[in-house]
Amino acid sequence: MPLTSECLILSALLFGLGVAGFIFKRNLITIFMAVELMLNAVNLAFVAFSRVWGMDGQVFVFFVIVVAAAEAAVGLAIIILIARNRQSLNVERVDFLKL
Amino acid sequence: MNTLVAGFPLLAVTVVKVVVLLFVVLTALAYLTWFERKVVAHIQTRWGPYRVGPHGLLQPLADGLKFLFKEDPAPAGAERFVYYLAPFLAMTLALTTFAVIPFGPQDMRIFGQRTPLGITDLNIGLLILFAITSLGVYGVALAGWSSNSKYPLLGGLRSSAQMFSYELALTLSVVGVLLMAGSFRLREIIEAQQGRLWGVLPRWNIIASPFPQVLGFLCYFVAAVAETNRAPFDLPEAESELVAGFHTEYASFKFAMFFMGEYANMITVSCLAAIMFFGGWISPFPPTQAWAWTAFLPAALLAALGLYLFFDGLRYETLLGRTVLPLLGAALGALAAFLALHPGANAFIQGPFWFLLKVLLFLFFYVWARGTLPRLRYDQLMAIGWKLLLPLSLANVLLTSLLLAWKQK
Amino acid sequence: MIIQTILFLVFAGLAVAGAVSLILQRHPIHCALSLIVVMVSLAGLYLLLGAEFVAAVQIIVYAGAIMVLFVFVIMLLNAGEEERTNLSRLARAAGVPLALALTAVLGVIITKAVRVGAAKPLLPTATRNLALLLFKDYVFPFELTSFLILVAILGAVVLAQRER
Repeated sequence: MPLTSECLILSALLFGLGVAGFIFKRNLITIFMAVELMLNAVNLAFVAFSRVWGMDGQVFVFFVIVVAAAEAAVGLAIIILIARNRQSLNVERVDFLKL
Repeated sequence: MNTLVAGFPLLAVTVVKVVVLLFVVLTALAYLTWFERKVVAHIQTRWGPYRVGPHGLLQPLADGLKFLFKEDPAPAGAERFVYYLAPFLAMTLALTTFAVIPFGPQDMRIFGQRTPLGITDLNIGLLILFAITSLGVYGVALAGWSSNSKYPLLGGLRSSAQMFSYELALTLSVVGVLLMAGSFRLREIIEAQQGRLWGVLPRWNIIASPFPQVLGFLCYFVAAVAETNRAPFDLPEAESELVAGFHTEYASFKFAMFFMGEYANMITVSCLAAIMFFGGWISPFPPTQAWAWTAFLPAALLAALGLYLFFDGLRYETLLGRTVLPLLGAALGALAAFLALHPGANAFIQGPFWFLLKVLLFLFFYVWARGTLPRLRYDQLMAIGWKLLLPLSLANVLLTSLLLAWKQK
Repeated sequence: MIIQTILFLVFAGLAVAGAVSLILQRHPIHCALSLIVVMVSLAGLYLLLGAEFVAAVQIIVYAGAIMVLFVFVIMLLNAGEEERTNLSRLARAAGVPLALALTAVLGVIITKAVRVGAAKPLLPTATRNLALLLFKDYVFPFELTSFLILVAILGAVVLAQRER
């Protein structure tokens, strides 16, 4: 109980920093890493709650990690394709619907 | 100092253990290089280091001094922070794994506190070991990339791909042992191997009852040799292939850090093999009265080594050898006599002695494999990791769990 | 108790420092290294909260495999430093306070959600209970995630193939 509240505040802080990174950064890979930071913040919230409410939180963290792994694999493959096609990883250069 | 000890006894005791263990491990690393050079040399019918000190025993010291005093150039376009971080990561992570390894069953007293013989004893000790090993991939990958050069980049990519491919087989091959022990704690894994089969044979996991973990051990050892980038899986750092792989552009002390990290990984993997498959500190002889004489084997071995050193030193070539070696032999003999006469010390030394003997055996296998087997090509290497070891370890897990479930019915 | 507070502050400080460094660094490799620092300090926090298996899985899978994938992609694509962006001043002036506001709102909401009550005792066999939950109550999502990973592997292999 004394640790859960602090961990939740930290989780909100990390989530906010992830959102800031997602919005302000220009490199595709860095934006993706900001998304992973947000997922980690959510995991921290889950584990902090599981300390008070039971083990289900940790099972959920397990699933979030697995889904993040699958998403990272496919997302990075797409990023590789974009980099090959546009020769740039700057997100401001991939804003045309037509290639 | 005394108030520090009184206020934080656990912290003070742990600091002492860490300092002693670091000292022992770093010396062991240095002399492991000497051991390897001597054994590989004798396999190749030559002598190895012979001149620097009697029997080349001061060679690691000379190498260390050389690494300290050599020039340390950094490549031109290297990314400085990552270039300096990579060897530091490699060595630190390799040395951290020693924190969870238990060395003996009995407790010892430091500053009046009883503490177990090993730095910590985590509930998930084995998982933490694998976690730290999986972080070791970064040392290699970042080193290869940050050198701003073709061959290190290729070598680093190949090395790290090899490392995390064999991590899967490594982790799965241990699951059989986990199923039989029922816990991740390394001490509990050893304690689950106590007892005797048919009264005489030790119940080590490699010959234990539901399913002897021979397949698991073979998968584990091959995966471990590949994981630590050692021959015959050392193509990414072989001289004839990629200059020196990921550590081409590293000189003097940073190269020494990679070297130390690699050897520390070797020792960790050997310790794990001894703990999980060969019973850790459990002696191969039954603890009954008829076999009580085996308690004097450590003393006997030390005495034999001391006698050999003594008589070899008397006829050695150089004057230094003629003085140092007999003294060393006499010291070992005195230690052996002390052990034989002092039952408390003798009982204390049993566990660590058998553990260290098994670790030395596995290190010898490592060096033997290096001196004997030819190098594997990279595609053969990856094929073995994914197509041979992974299915075999999965089969091991399946068979072990089936036999355990059948036995429990 | 005091050791717990000190450790929490250390890990939390490292996590926040890593996250801020992720935003402020220009080279993607430095961002990746900062994210690894965040993940490892979060694993330390999970250990403090008593979730030992999740901490180990976080390091083995997240920091030891997913981030290695990121680092590989950065190395293979030879990603350089980010260029100076030409973001409008208004967006930058309005964006920072809004992000702070989002953080504050989130913090307030989820802290209020914690019911007053004692924390459950730290279970010594946390892994066993987690395994029982995972393979009994949540076995269907578990099997679905294995299917998901298979689909992701196929997708990644097909997408990242060399062009014929």
